[in-house]
Amino acid sequence: MTADIRTTAPVPRTAPDPAPPVKSRRRRGRWGVHIFLTAVSLAFLAPLLLAVYASLRPYEDTAQHGYLSWPKHLSFDYYRRAYTESGMGKYFTNTLMIAVPAVVVTLFLAAFVAFAVSRLRLRGGIVLLMFFTAGNLLPQQVIVTPLYVLFNKIPLPWWMSDSLTMYDSYWAVIIVNIGFQVGFCVFVLANFMRTLPQEILEAAIVDGAGVWTQFWRITLPLCRPALAALATLEFTWIYNDFLWALIFISNPDKLPITSSLNNLRGQFFTDYNLLAAGSVLVALPTILVFLLLQRHFIAGLTLGSTKG
Amino acid sequence: MALTFPRRAGRRRRLRRFTRRDAVVLGVLLGIPILLDLAIVWGPTLASIGLSFTAWDGIGDIHWVGLDNYRNLADNYPPFWPAVRHNVMWLLFLGLIATPFGLFLAVLIDRGVRFSRFYQSVIYLPVVLSLAIVGFIAQLILGTDQGVINTILNNHDDPIDWLGDSHLNLWMIMIAAGWRHVGYVMILYLAGLKSVDPALKEAAAIDGANERQTFFRVVFPTLRPVNVIVGVITVIEALRAFDIVYAVNKGRNGLELLSVLITDNIIGEASRIGFGSAIAVVLLVVSLGFIVTFLVQELRGARER
Repeated sequence: MTADIRTTAPVPRTAPDPAPPVKSRRRRGRWGVHIFLTAVSLAFLAPLLLAVYASLRPYEDTAQHGYLSWPKHLSFDYYRRAYTESGMGKYFTNTLMIAVPAVVVTLFLAAFVAFAVSRLRLRGGIVLLMFFTAGNLLPQQVIVTPLYVLFNKIPLPWWMSDSLTMYDSYWAVIIVNIGFQVGFCVFVLANFMRTLPQEILEAAIVDGAGVWTQFWRITLPLCRPALAALATLEFTWIYNDFLWALIFISNPDKLPITSSLNNLRGQFFTDYNLLAAGSVLVALPTILVFLLLQRHFIAGLTLGSTKG
Repeated sequence: MALTFPRRAGRRRRLRRFTRRDAVVLGVLLGIPILLDLAIVWGPTLASIGLSFTAWDGIGDIHWVGLDNYRNLADNYPPFWPAVRHNVMWLLFLGLIATPFGLFLAVLIDRGVRFSRFYQSVIYLPVVLSLAIVGFIAQLILGTDQGVINTILNNHDDPIDWLGDSHLNLWMIMIAAGWRHVGYVMILYLAGLKSVDPALKEAAAIDGANERQTFFRVVFPTLRPVNVIVGVITVIEALRAFDIVYAVNKGRNGLELLSVLITDNIIGEASRIGFGSAIAVVLLVVSLGFIVTFLVQELRGARER
């Protein structure tokens, strides 16, 4: 990546001819930009393509010839093995049980806080905004120990957690994810809501709408792009999370999908091609979610409006 | 939190502005997230600071030891200073190379070239991967025997141990982390650039500014809110970095980071919670410096609005 900067960065800026006609110079600049962006895209895509390529080849083949060699034999066999041997189906369900409630609750709570802060003109709104935003920026490791102790002390009835404590239950991971992620969502949503016209709300107030109606019926539908962008981001983050589950869950059957890859590592021998197939499978859901929602993605990520 | 506005409106005004039902809705739906944030984030932060002055193994009694943990940390805990150095290098790498590169890509893509959606998706793609997978892909490429780079270099007799050599591995891992960071920064700047008023650029062009001048003198300053966010995210990512080194070799042998040391001390066999908390407080103090800067900027921005 660093090499790319040095070798190809100057390309788009080249305009050596003393006074070429503006149009052709611009066209040549365009080509330079395309060549540069294609090169960067390939460099960014290459590691992923390599993982896919490795996953399609038998171990003996790559062990003998290295990963960068012509294939003798291609098959999807490793995908089937990776799926069954790691028990991925179960772990994927575990992850969904954590990620889906966490994303929904986070977005709901954050949307209301953002609404209150940016639209209702409450006194102390700024303080509230900072309280949440700053909380999201703390390193996770700072809060890990007290939470670990706390969760071990909170009893839960058996129908909520078979460990009978908050520790080693999905509740712990879900709640920590919500508490930690609300800050970021409040920040993004508050910025987005500030760009909505205030007149709509004023009209609703004249019609006698209460706070709930102003929030749920009027503001929230307008925030759909921002909510879509945040849902994508948050789902990816929680899906990919590694640390919280590592610390708060001890029963191996409850671990999320990111840890299932460890099951594919043998004690003495690791078949890296099998691991590659597993990685591709694990990465697939987040890639799909992103590709499906990417149309809303940029439009929704209004982090700070510079207009008006 | 007072629910009145404007300030001197008095009791009648408050009744008119928020009915009892409104007050209940506000109280419940603001109360839950506030309590949650206090319980999950701010309370534990304060508790960590308290624990850092104690010695505790997680089970027995807690002993007050004053500043002993910090003294031990600085004087007789060998991995501490290397970890600090690695975190600083990580920060410099992301801040001076990955972040500017992400901005550069965003500017290029924002100029409205064809296929921009394709470029944008591909460059963003690594961001959706978990750092654990990024760490694994790094192993595929940089492996000693069959790794791609060593195959290309064709150095079978004397292969370079990219991830094992403690002089090299941090750089390799930082490049892998940068691979993700660039896409993240690019998407944030693209979102920011989309909201820049085109009239500004036109005005600059009419005044005779060339493209570079327009960007650095006109567009970049209006991106201030995004710049602040990207700056903070860069710093925080550098301080938080954990998963990727943990996936590669559990953060040993040249890949020590503060976050790894905290995790080792707290959930490792030794269970030195007081000591681990002291490292966490060091991390906290550094991040708070940047967080406060960010908040001051935000506050100033909010006043202007």
